[in-house]
Amino acid sequence: MQELWEGLVQAVQLILSFDPEVIEISLRSLYVSAAAILIAALICIPIAGLIHFNDFRAKRVLINVIQTFYSLPTVVVGLFVFLFISRSGPLGGFQLMFTPGAIIIGQVILILPILTGMTISALSGVDRAIKDTALSMGASGGQAIWTIITEARFAVVGAVILGFGRAISEVGAAMMLGGNIRGFTRVLTTAISLETQKGELVLALALGIILIGIAMIVNVIVNILLQRY
Amino acid sequence: MSLGRGNPAKRVFLASVICIILALSMVVAGCAPAPAPKVTDNKSAQSNAFPVMPGIPRFRVATTTSLYDTGLWNYLQPMFEKKANVKLDIFYAGTGVALQYGQRGDVDAVVVHDPAAEAKFISDGYGINKRSFAFNHFLIAGPADDPVGIKGLPPDQAFKKIYDAGKADPTKVKFVSRGDNSGTQAKEKLIWQAAGFKYPDIEKAGAWYEETGQGMGPCLMMADQQGGYLLVDISTFMAYKGKIKIVSLVDQGDLFLNVYDAIAINPEKVTTVKMLPTANAFINWLMSDEVQNLISTYGVAEYGKPLFSSLKGGACTEAGCPKVEDYTTPIQ
Repeated sequence: MQELWEGLVQAVQLILSFDPEVIEISLRSLYVSAAAILIAALICIPIAGLIHFNDFRAKRVLINVIQTFYSLPTVVVGLFVFLFISRSGPLGGFQLMFTPGAIIIGQVILILPILTGMTISALSGVDRAIKDTALSMGASGGQAIWTIITEARFAVVGAVILGFGRAISEVGAAMMLGGNIRGFTRVLTTAISLETQKGELVLALALGIILIGIAMIVNVIVNILLQRY
Repeated sequence: MSLGRGNPAKRVFLASVICIILALSMVVAGCAPAPAPKVTDNKSAQSNAFPVMPGIPRFRVATTTSLYDTGLWNYLQPMFEKKANVKLDIFYAGTGVALQYGQRGDVDAVVVHDPAAEAKFISDGYGINKRSFAFNHFLIAGPADDPVGIKGLPPDQAFKKIYDAGKADPTKVKFVSRGDNSGTQAKEKLIWQAAGFKYPDIEKAGAWYEETGQGMGPCLMMADQQGGYLLVDISTFMAYKGKIKIVSLVDQGDLFLNVYDAIAINPEKVTTVKMLPTANAFINWLMSDEVQNLISTYGVAEYGKPLFSSLKGGACTEAGCPKVEDYTTPIQ
């Protein structure tokens, strides 16, 4: 109990002290995971739309496969990407190994299935009656789809937030692909892992609280934007 | 016109656009204060607009966890960066993994402590220009009440006693092993061998023998939590004082010497490695008076004595110490 309380106190102190290293690590976490979710969104949402708005034979199977990959372990993603981008791997020439770019690649792959699957669910969740109503009121096909998307926007943004959460909270890929280099690839989760390893449990806990704080701020901002538009 | 047919491309485009806008607004909101990573040095020929790509050459060293967990690299890193005008990236990994990074060309140099594995790494052609720069000793730590009674024994006899006690009652005795091909584990295997065991038998010996696959620090914490025994280097052990309750029980033995070596990766064998001159400068710097003096004082303020011993001036005199030329001859 004592340690938990100290962690909380130290987290507040860390935030208030504006420790440059903590700020840098936090911003890097945010930057890496935000880039990952942006890239993933650009890939997934069109794919999800394609799958949802088209009927084809293997649709159910495909969705099942996508949902299976929700449980993709982060270290497997790390290992997989590592084998590709390691200097002796097929993409070694890009020298991506142990850079923030490597972590972003790992996190994109990690959240692809979740974001695609959840977006499909979001679109499916819109009542069919809404589409029919839109069409019966003289909407074109495109306008009807627009209506569906507008209706589904909360659920789609929910999927994006979930993906962001998975990205910013994962440690396996970040550790394996970034290497936790101080001042270059160290993010909050790998810093927490390191501090735990060093026995600095209170500091580790404080960093964890900061991570949760960042997630909360992002959530609040997104929700405010969503309410407004 | 039904939604099932029509122009799919147009529909998908529409579907995508709004979602992407939503995603973007979130990213922009979340990302606004994040600055692009600092590019301090732009000597490299490649320039890159995408800030997450490597735009400057970074000199990479994989180092054993003990040197990292004790904070030594945090201390040395900025000094080398300033001196050599490069970015020094330090990874912590067990010796086995560090050598593998080297073999794959993911690092330019390694700092390790497993003489047998190093010899193979060099004879296979992956490593060149090996030099020693520091040493310390291992010890066997365990609970203060020492239920097995190994205090003061030679290391091999202590291991034998732990084995017997573990066999007798696996619930009462724990031995925490790195289990990660690190230099420490290599040393542990040597001690088991000296005690007359074959290592594969130890691995199967029962629940008392725990292979964690983790670094030195986590193993210390685990042994501490469980009141178990473990082999640990004295530097990491000292650096964790105050965080753990287990104590040093066996600290004398021929096998306990632990020498840290730096090895450059051979660009002729591992063709993707491009920074041999920096690697050589790095190794020479580790042998320099400047660093040797720092090593012999690092930790004194906090722990009362240095965490590591420098090799300077022939400080290492036991059997197994590196030859003088191995820690004094600069690489040309």
